[in-house]
Amino acid sequence: MNDRTRVQLTVNGQREQVEVEPRALLADVLRDQLGLTGTHLACEHGVCGACTVLIDGEAARSCLVFAVQAEGASVTTVEGLTPPDGLSPVQEAMRDCHGLQCGFCTPGIVVSMTAYLDTHPNPTDAELRDAMSGNLCRCTGYQGILAAARQAADRMSASS
Amino acid sequence: MKPSQFQHHAPEQIDEVVGLLAEYGDDAKVLAGGQSLIPMMALRMAAYPHLVDIARVASLSTISASAGAVRVGAMVRQSRAERDASVAKVPLLAKAIPHIGHFQIRSRGTVGGSIAHADPASELPAVALALDARIEATGPGGVRHIDASEFFLSTWQTALDDGEILSAVEFPLWGANSGFAVEEIARRKGDFALIGALAGVTLDGARVARACITMIGVGSTPIRCHDAEAALIAGGADTDLDDIGRIAAAPLTPADDVHASAEYRQHVSPAIVRRALTAALKEARS
Repeated sequence: MNDRTRVQLTVNGQREQVEVEPRALLADVLRDQLGLTGTHLACEHGVCGACTVLIDGEAARSCLVFAVQAEGASVTTVEGLTPPDGLSPVQEAMRDCHGLQCGFCTPGIVVSMTAYLDTHPNPTDAELRDAMSGNLCRCTGYQGILAAARQAADRMSASS
Repeated sequence: MKPSQFQHHAPEQIDEVVGLLAEYGDDAKVLAGGQSLIPMMALRMAAYPHLVDIARVASLSTISASAGAVRVGAMVRQSRAERDASVAKVPLLAKAIPHIGHFQIRSRGTVGGSIAHADPASELPAVALALDARIEATGPGGVRHIDASEFFLSTWQTALDDGEILSAVEFPLWGANSGFAVEEIARRKGDFALIGALAGVTLDGARVARACITMIGVGSTPIRCHDAEAALIAGGADTDLDDIGRIAAAPLTPADDVHASAEYRQHVSPAIVRRALTAALKEARS
């Protein structure tokens, strides 16, 4: 039962091959085997959103996906959303609007916000509150996060 | 908070799925989107030596519309159903999906998985029950259909036999002049509803010709409110929807839990039914 399975997947545009136990979570494989420690794990049962990544372009909890389920998938982590130089519009907005304090939840928030704004270019404030409700933060009180979502939405739609 | 060990099977044909379920019996569990199963495994509330992953069975990921119904394959992910033109013909289903968890959950969670999981607080079992959906089960003896009214037995318990897999759900289409609504009370968007009501109506002039009312979070299964439906149909155009809500709530015996007391759930039941009916009627009239 400890047999390891070979999984091939694309992570941040790069083809990867890993040998994993079937029970290995995608989050753990990203962190421990591929060294992508930007993806954070907190609750490990799908509630907090810290481990959010993109799987085939859609935001998903990497703690609720076994790596074996990601065979053939294209995964994007927060590292993959970061431009080679500087910050993405969402990351910039998080910095500008004090959308983080300790930063532990930030990668999941950046991934969720990026995914949402990619498909919802002109959200209302109420929609942004709903969209960000799947990511828990224990320090900012959320207002900074929502302000960042607003700024990112406005700047991204203005530049597109 | 890590699942226990298991062997992963990834068949590509439904026959292989059925074969694996027969071979491993109680030691095997079907893995669809995993958005309920994996947390339960992480919390060690569930452990299975064998998981039969159905994601690669292409025939389970189809959506097809016929004259009378839309058939949704078990592995159709909720985010896809949310955007699908055929699913849009089943407005109650389309309206219920955004209430499920968060978009990061719906991207993986499946229509069939949610219905087979049969959580009494979840939306899709209630949609199936409200619309008199037919559950398609595939097992060693072939395919059979189970009426939604006979499918949900208790919390996480369904009429699926050992060795059967829920392979699709057929949602009947309602005619013109219909309206549908989903109303929930939850602490936060995306949380499990403390209580919820799903309603559908078809109007014949000002008269309600057809109605469905189903509640969630008030028992060990979603609950269809037949008496309230009959009262709504029997009543005239000026039926007091508060009365219908009270009829719906009268037989309910909701439970206490850490999120809400039984008394609270009982208290808000008529109001949530009224809200759902008001919205459904408004849509039917428009």
